[in-house]
Amino acid sequence: MATVYKFKPLNVGRWVIWSLFALLLLVAPLMFTRNLSHTMLEQMGIAIIACLSYNVLLGQGGMLSFGHAVYTGLGSYMAMHALNAVSGGKLGIPVSLLPLVGGLSGMGFAVLLGWVTTRKSGTPFAMITLGVAELVFAMSLMFSEFFGGEAGVSGNRVAGQPFLGITFGPQIQVYYLIAVYTFVSVAALFAFTQTPLGRILNAVRDNPERVEFIGYNTQRVRYLAFIISGFFAGIAGGLGAINFEIVTAEVVGAARSGAYLLFTFLGGATFFFGPVIGGVLMVIAFVLLSELTKAWLLYLGLVFLFMVMYAPGGIASLIMMNLRVAKFGKLRQIWNSYLGLGLTALVMLAGAGAIIEMVYHLQLNSALGDNLRFMGVMLNARGLDSWFGAAFVMLTGLGLFELARRQYMREWGAIQEEIEKEIKRRETAV
Amino acid sequence: MSAYALELKDVRKNFGKTEIIRGVNLAVKAGERVAVIGPNGAGKSTLFNLISGRFGLSSGEILLNGQRIDGMKPYEINRMGLSRSFQITNIFPKLSVFENLRCSVLWSLGYRYTFLKALSGLRDANDRADELLEMIGLEKRRDTLAMNLTYAEQRALEIGITIGGGAEVILLDEPTAGMSKSETSRFISLIRKVTEGKTLLTVEHDMGVVFGLADKIAVVVYGEVLAFDTPEAVRANARVQEAYLGSTVADSQAGGH
Amino acid sequence: MEFFLISMLNGVSYGLLLFMLSSGLTLIFSMMGVLNFAHASFYMIGAYFGYTLTGLIGFWPALIVSPLLVGACGALFERLSLRKVHPYGHVPELLVTFGLSYVVLELVQLIWGRVAVEFQPPELLKGSAFTLITHSVEGMRLVLGAAPADMCASMDTAVRVVCSPFPATRAFMMVVAVLMLVALWLLLTRTRIGLVIQAALTHPDMAEALGHNVPRVFMLVFGAGTGLAGLAGVIGGSTFVTEPAMAATVGSVIFVVVVVGGMGSLAGAFLASLLIGVIQTFAVAIDYSFLSLARDLGWQLSAAAQDNTFAKLTVSQVAPILPYLLLVLILIFRPKGLLGTREG
Repeated sequence: MATVYKFKPLNVGRWVIWSLFALLLLVAPLMFTRNLSHTMLEQMGIAIIACLSYNVLLGQGGMLSFGHAVYTGLGSYMAMHALNAVSGGKLGIPVSLLPLVGGLSGMGFAVLLGWVTTRKSGTPFAMITLGVAELVFAMSLMFSEFFGGEAGVSGNRVAGQPFLGITFGPQIQVYYLIAVYTFVSVAALFAFTQTPLGRILNAVRDNPERVEFIGYNTQRVRYLAFIISGFFAGIAGGLGAINFEIVTAEVVGAARSGAYLLFTFLGGATFFFGPVIGGVLMVIAFVLLSELTKAWLLYLGLVFLFMVMYAPGGIASLIMMNLRVAKFGKLRQIWNSYLGLGLTALVMLAGAGAIIEMVYHLQLNSALGDNLRFMGVMLNARGLDSWFGAAFVMLTGLGLFELARRQYMREWGAIQEEIEKEIKRRETAV
Repeated sequence: MSAYALELKDVRKNFGKTEIIRGVNLAVKAGERVAVIGPNGAGKSTLFNLISGRFGLSSGEILLNGQRIDGMKPYEINRMGLSRSFQITNIFPKLSVFENLRCSVLWSLGYRYTFLKALSGLRDANDRADELLEMIGLEKRRDTLAMNLTYAEQRALEIGITIGGGAEVILLDEPTAGMSKSETSRFISLIRKVTEGKTLLTVEHDMGVVFGLADKIAVVVYGEVLAFDTPEAVRANARVQEAYLGSTVADSQAGGH
Repeated sequence: MEFFLISMLNGVSYGLLLFMLSSGLTLIFSMMGVLNFAHASFYMIGAYFGYTLTGLIGFWPALIVSPLLVGACGALFERLSLRKVHPYGHVPELLVTFGLSYVVLELVQLIWGRVAVEFQPPELLKGSAFTLITHSVEGMRLVLGAAPADMCASMDTAVRVVCSPFPATRAFMMVVAVLMLVALWLLLTRTRIGLVIQAALTHPDMAEALGHNVPRVFMLVFGAGTGLAGLAGVIGGSTFVTEPAMAATVGSVIFVVVVVGGMGSLAGAFLASLLIGVIQTFAVAIDYSFLSLARDLGWQLSAAAQDNTFAKLTVSQVAPILPYLLLVLILIFRPKGLLGTREG
């Protein structure tokens, strides 16, 4: 599916969508009242800003960076040092402005490192971001005054003068701080996409050479985008410092950079709201999925692989494509296909999951005996029948899934044709 | 102020040991329409690449309105008033037709790298883009993504992007490549309309187009300019006839273009 | 002096290992335009396959079978996954190999566990290849194999004898790397497929237009490149350590090698590999810092300067970042890389 579907939702609806977003941010902690939920909501806000800042590079600029964590991480460190300075009475700014310190630091480092990084584009650019990220991470082990060594740098967010009685001691206050920053950042980043620089950045993504022939210095465009991305990355980092009250070297690590890439892509780099989905998924995966199964990174990697191969526009593009189908009233036709796909996929995954869990069980929990529970079924990790059963289920699922997929592709193709015909009909009728 | 809009003085270009452009001298007056013709591999596209800054010269000078532009970057040359189109369509595929055109006018209207203004509020940019849209005849495809256009429509968009910035010197590299007869003639009138009053250099293979559109013809063979004169003079030029035109011209004239 | 020689040999052997890896990476990149983010993962699989196969059929057969298996895995991946993504462009290709690196890491940890495994070199390679004996009176002498104890100690306290052994595994690494280099050179310059690959190194589009069964050639090249990585894995894994983190440690360095050497240049990769190998090996062994330099030169530094973190840093502490520092410097002063011919 190489074509990009353009679907412009209602324009008046813009105000509705933003109001709903603000409302959701306001009301969420009242709907999900558990402590864990609040923690997750806070992390989601931070992740949304981080992924959106990353998408300025990836989705809007076509710049694949393997080192985004450098800017969120360094923003965290600077904000934490500023927090400690506030606690020590050396700095007189309110805690609520500390994320801006993070943002300015992120921006500063982007100005410094971005000049070298954006000299190239495409694959070399990606490699440079990787090298710079490794450089910074390696330095984190060398300069323990700034990076705090193994223990990291910690602080207390209840510091300085309380503002209108807000001390950030209670968690709910931290949530609303994050919510405000999230709303403003999302709005600002969206506004950016509607500016000349934002649009020329898209042009650079589409055809960097042509941009030079309409009067713009492509490298300068990329450099500016890098700086803007760094600013918002720093804000996310600053919020993280306040939220967790500790910053360790892993915030500039390769794993974190990889996570930003993975989830932004998963959410969908080609639509503005894709990284929002990505950020939410990132938190759900790290907090919930990791509890559910030890193989979660493996599943994640596989999902990512399949996304790149079959749905490079991410979840956002899948949603938009189906919204377009729904707009033309054809969703009912393909509903059955989706059901078939879903059921067969479930069967296949059940079998594969059973095998993977059994292997993990043998690996790690052999002291607990050979039996384990998987989806309500008792399996014997050493029993041949369990293995055969799981393999059988998986292979049957695989076969059925392939059948369902072919049927789905046929129906989808037919529907797309119908829609194209309808569009042409409407165009000529006008 | 120089008498010439575009001047090439003993321009040479080597790729490794091969001399592709072997001493080209050309002086184009403002407002002149020049067709650049020649056999395949003669170096016509290379010349365009040299003039527009895509490649660097090995030696020689190129002057735009009396100022040297050789050695400058493409965007610097563009800002001085020279724009070009490409033989292989070079548009912004994931942007709509309107967005493509709007991007091409932004710099010339003074909107540099600003991110503090909303595109929708830029009245002059939007009006100019709409103007261009109408000029190239793609009003019905305003919001279509550029990659979903037909080939001829994309070529029209290509022209639109090229003239969008208001450049006074336009280079068109085989604008009608791959078009049918009817599309070509429609396209030529489009080109004539949008380049009214500007200096135009266009690489062309279709002789009918050349003789109909051009004030002057530059014949490029094997990296050199064999002749640079009015169409009649070029047709009568013995060297040119021998090297390139041969009897094709007589045939095409008889065909009644 | 012996320190210098042995360190040089160590550095060169490490550099040659890096070259074994980066040559495959460069070949794949030049031929297919794909930068295989998972290249180090194939290195890791090579080591683990080598470990398991050694337990089954012995080290020497495993040395041959493991790279073949890894190459087969690479070819399979190309056929099933990479080929599908090829028409979307270079960024999706890079992303798909990025995803693969995650999957491989998890699968390796799933099958072999998260702790390092004991991948022992064979008996033949367990000792020293040779020993450098530095006698303060008699000068330097080379002894093949391990030097007997009496040669390393001296009865006379006025005479200093230092024995520096050079491990056989390292020597073997160098031998294999050089053989591989020669074989590669012969392949590229003497065979037909080699000529096509050479053309692809500098003019990939032209090579594509040459009309060879391009998809099959891609699969073979990818398989060959990853197979080379697998070979490096067997050797590296038995010489150093075989653990899940081995892909990450060497992975980023080979990308630095490729960028520093110049993307698409085999000679550049060779030069950069040796350079980085030698620099890192020497750096790790040097305990010099700016402070000690100042002391040696007789400079007087203030108390604050003496306490400064930067001044106190020894070269060995800085060693891990040297390749990346080199990357940044090259990018500033020579963006094409040392011997780069293509912009990448």
